[in-house]
Amino acid sequence: MYAYGCTPTTASRRRETGPQRRRIAPDIGPWDPVGRDPTVTSTLGSDADREDSRAADEGPGSDSSPQPHTSRLELADEPGELLAALKPISENGGNLLSIFHERGNVTPRGRIPVEVDVEATPGRFETIVAALRDAGVNVVQAGAEQYAEELVVVLVGDIVGADLSDTLRRMEACPSASVADVSVNAPAGRGESSSARLRLATRAGGGSEALETVRDLAAEKGLHVVEPLAGGGV
Amino acid sequence: MTEGRRLAVVGAGAVGGSVVDLAAAYGHTVVAFADSTSAVVDTEGIDADAAVERKAAEGHVGNADSEDALHADYDVLVEATPTTLGDAEPGFSHLRTALERDRHVVLANKGPVAERYGDVRELERDSDGAVRFEATVGGAIPIISTVEDLDPSHVTAARGVLNGTANFILSRMAAEGIDYEHVLAEAQDLGVAEADPTFDVEGTDAALKCVILANVLAAGDQEFTLDDADVGGITNVPGSALELAAEDGRTIRLVGEATRDGIRVGPRLVPQNAALAVTGTRNIVQLETAHAGQLNLSGRGAGGEATASAVLGDVGRLG
Repeated sequence: MYAYGCTPTTASRRRETGPQRRRIAPDIGPWDPVGRDPTVTSTLGSDADREDSRAADEGPGSDSSPQPHTSRLELADEPGELLAALKPISENGGNLLSIFHERGNVTPRGRIPVEVDVEATPGRFETIVAALRDAGVNVVQAGAEQYAEELVVVLVGDIVGADLSDTLRRMEACPSASVADVSVNAPAGRGESSSARLRLATRAGGGSEALETVRDLAAEKGLHVVEPLAGGGV
Repeated sequence: MTEGRRLAVVGAGAVGGSVVDLAAAYGHTVVAFADSTSAVVDTEGIDADAAVERKAAEGHVGNADSEDALHADYDVLVEATPTTLGDAEPGFSHLRTALERDRHVVLANKGPVAERYGDVRELERDSDGAVRFEATVGGAIPIISTVEDLDPSHVTAARGVLNGTANFILSRMAAEGIDYEHVLAEAQDLGVAEADPTFDVEGTDAALKCVILANVLAAGDQEFTLDDADVGGITNVPGSALELAAEDGRTIRLVGEATRDGIRVGPRLVPQNAALAVTGTRNIVQLETAHAGQLNLSGRGAGGEATASAVLGDVGRLG
């Protein structure tokens, strides 16, 4: 049994706190969470007072209150790239909650995918995304609470023969879901089929679309899907 | 306890035999008892012990024709012949005969209410007799009567683990890390699985129960049969899948779901500590209600005496 693709602790990034949420790849740029660039570090950690006052400036109601936004960036694999990508966030008043770098994962265009969670009001978040793009950062996805739900499925069958990499690549292409982690259990010589557990982070309300994608892929590849129960069944 | 009734019991398997055994304890008299080839009829009450012993020793319950039981002087026909698909015969004809004679029918046989629910209700409308079928879903567990008490219009969905054989196999596989074939052989040795387990492990039995529940929930607005159900079994679930589920605090159960929109049965991921993750041959049904939240009903889903208790409970509910 082995974890595929992502680091084994990938799931921990979905939890609320903990130092591991600020894991960062040393090969991606000279960024240090406790110093070096005061502009960046000022956005780290709790900055609720400042955000609250800004929210008040923009008027009452949930539409203008700060909320977490998940953005998926793609960076060139060069020193300084990450720092350059973070500056527009701090300069525009975003509160950086976490950075997740999928170590060893490279997009088809040879870029490094990075997910950042930023707390900001919706208006301010739009400004941040625009500033990122102005700075030449490739913003692949940006949205409020983009991956708000978790969906776990188990695929059963000839997992390896059905090209697991292709399955994951195509799941990742599904706009409503991101593959958070994968475990494969392929007992050799036991004469039984193998299994893979996929944990998908899905957008709020995107679970059924993600599940449809899993079903279609499984049907195409002759795999069975063991789905979770929906509708509050426990 | 309600007034004693005169029962005709058709079907001499585990359930029919147990109904004959237990009827007196519920204040009822068995006046006829039939298997597929023979019957014993006595308006004063048959000798239950003798009939059950004769069935075990000689393979038949008596010397009368099995048809004689259907025309005996009874109040309630207990239909406990094996479930059949499609036209649900001969169970359906037994039910028709009784209703046309204005007698009540209590079913342990799933066929008539799973495959011909509309026909059953139509015959019932034209009869002074009533049809009850608590024993067809979840053995001893009072599911149908609970839905009736809540009123089907206030129950939005029913889901559950409704096949003890499949659940025994999945829970043994998960607990012991042994593969499907070994656990199936063990289940057959224990009498938990039939020599031909297809009906149970392919999900058909659970699906029939869900079809019945969907028919009850729909309350005549629409009719469901097995053809309307999306059915999957557990034969494709390897031990490796249960291991992966367990690593994540989950397990796999054969779960059936019934709503007014349809029926679905298949292996599903559920949290290990969830109410639905019952172990062994235990069954559970979870009702989603409009005003009473979620209700979980759990207990023995099969077995002669457990199912007979549901049959005799139905006899007591007859007006």
